[in-house]
Amino acid sequence: MASNETHQKIDSNGQPDSQLTEDTIMTVDKLGMKFGQKTVFQGLTFTLKRGEFLSVLGENGIGKTTLIRILLQQLRPTAGEVSFLPSRSQVTIGYVPQFRNVDTEYPLTVKDFVGLALHDHLTPWWSKHEKQRLNQVLHETDLTRIAHIPLGRVSGGELQKAYLAQALIRQPQLLILDESTASLDNNMKFELLDLVKQYQQHTQAAVIFVTHDLPLTKKYSTNFLLMQPGPYQLGTIDQLNETVLEAAHA
Amino acid sequence: MLNYPFMQNAFAAGTLIAIVSGIVGVFVVARNMSFLTHTLSEIGFAGAAFGLFVGWTPLAGMLLFTSVSSVAVGQLSSKASRREAAITSISALAIGLGILFLSLSNQNASSATNILFGSVIGISRTSVLQVAILALAVIVVIMAVYRSLKFDSFDAVGARVAGIHGTTLAIIFLVALAFSVSVAAQIVGSLLIFILLTLPASAAKYFAHGVGSMIGLAILFALIGVWLGLALSYWTNWPVSFFIAVIEVLFYFIGLIFNRFTARN
Repeated sequence: MASNETHQKIDSNGQPDSQLTEDTIMTVDKLGMKFGQKTVFQGLTFTLKRGEFLSVLGENGIGKTTLIRILLQQLRPTAGEVSFLPSRSQVTIGYVPQFRNVDTEYPLTVKDFVGLALHDHLTPWWSKHEKQRLNQVLHETDLTRIAHIPLGRVSGGELQKAYLAQALIRQPQLLILDESTASLDNNMKFELLDLVKQYQQHTQAAVIFVTHDLPLTKKYSTNFLLMQPGPYQLGTIDQLNETVLEAAHA
Repeated sequence: MLNYPFMQNAFAAGTLIAIVSGIVGVFVVARNMSFLTHTLSEIGFAGAAFGLFVGWTPLAGMLLFTSVSSVAVGQLSSKASRREAAITSISALAIGLGILFLSLSNQNASSATNILFGSVIGISRTSVLQVAILALAVIVVIMAVYRSLKFDSFDAVGARVAGIHGTTLAIIFLVALAFSVSVAAQIVGSLLIFILLTLPASAAKYFAHGVGSMIGLAILFALIGVWLGLALSYWTNWPVSFFIAVIEVLFYFIGLIFNRFTARN
């Protein structure tokens, strides 16, 4: 069980959290990224624990997506390292992006799209157990009603729910939401994050939520990482106040 | 009609080609590789002409050229910004080479016509056996990577996060596609291969909404096109590829209309 109490605030000049506990799922140590001569960020150090909901804030272009791509091992950092505990192969990561290559003619149904993530078996058809898991996750994400509608014809909110369902079907220990609520209306934003919170409460998964949305951050997060030019800021959500945000924009 | 051995061979080879095209075509369409398939058909033409030039069978030359170049073309066109230019340049080179090899091999015009447009009467019992072996190889490869290929083709972003190695999978698929192109060329000819590899699957996606059902329907559309095309060609003495093209285009337009109708409702 993660707790805010054990999470120490660390700034970019500070030391890495030395209190690795059995709840720790990921450590980021002195992480840096440069594209050519341009430094995107450097010295980024933090730990992520099970049950923690970390919001990653910051202006466009500050390196939030770069950080996520490093965590997903799609980019190699130029400095520092990311470690998963007990190991990368034992941590399943679910990823929910803002956009995907889905247009109005995308043919697969919601159910078939979600089921794509069941890729471990060799048989072309789903096993009984896989069908049960698929139906369960569709039910949990409130998609059963539209399960047989082509994904290209559902609303933006339902699309995001389908992305979430696909990420959840493999029961990830780490769920990354990359601006997943950015294109949704207000009600749908809360509905989507309620589903995430429900999943988190059942599984103690860690969540990383990249966003610009402060009301959502304050309602759902346990911690925040504010990326900004100069030293970044990291803390518990009650430490995220106007002073911190003003300093970030100064 | 079916009393003639050449028609029996044509129907047997056509059936195998339709099945392979239906399966592979669904992934071609999902991976937006229709244009690449078109280019592979031109490379197939160059390969067949090369086969004639060096004294091999056209199929052997096609297999060599399409297999090697499919991977090269796939890698060259991995960046969307240069995809069209890369594919167009290789396509131009292939057609040029095809014409050169035909010219050097001193083959008559009917050889070129057969390669480009296919020939029903050119299919021997041995050709059917070759097509059967190649078709089986393609189906086995696709089935071995089916779930990963399905994920990568219909949701590349999700597949990457799930740890599926996209490059390896792309190479496996491109080689399977090259084999399919070489197989399909036996009936419809190298210029019109993309008909069977893209149109049945493009039409199927408007009627079916699961990968399995899309494959089933694409096979059905391809089978109807090939069988009906062969029969009409026999009765009218017109080219079989003309009929297959018309039938598959018809399926596609019916699909478009059906999609517009269902989307409105």
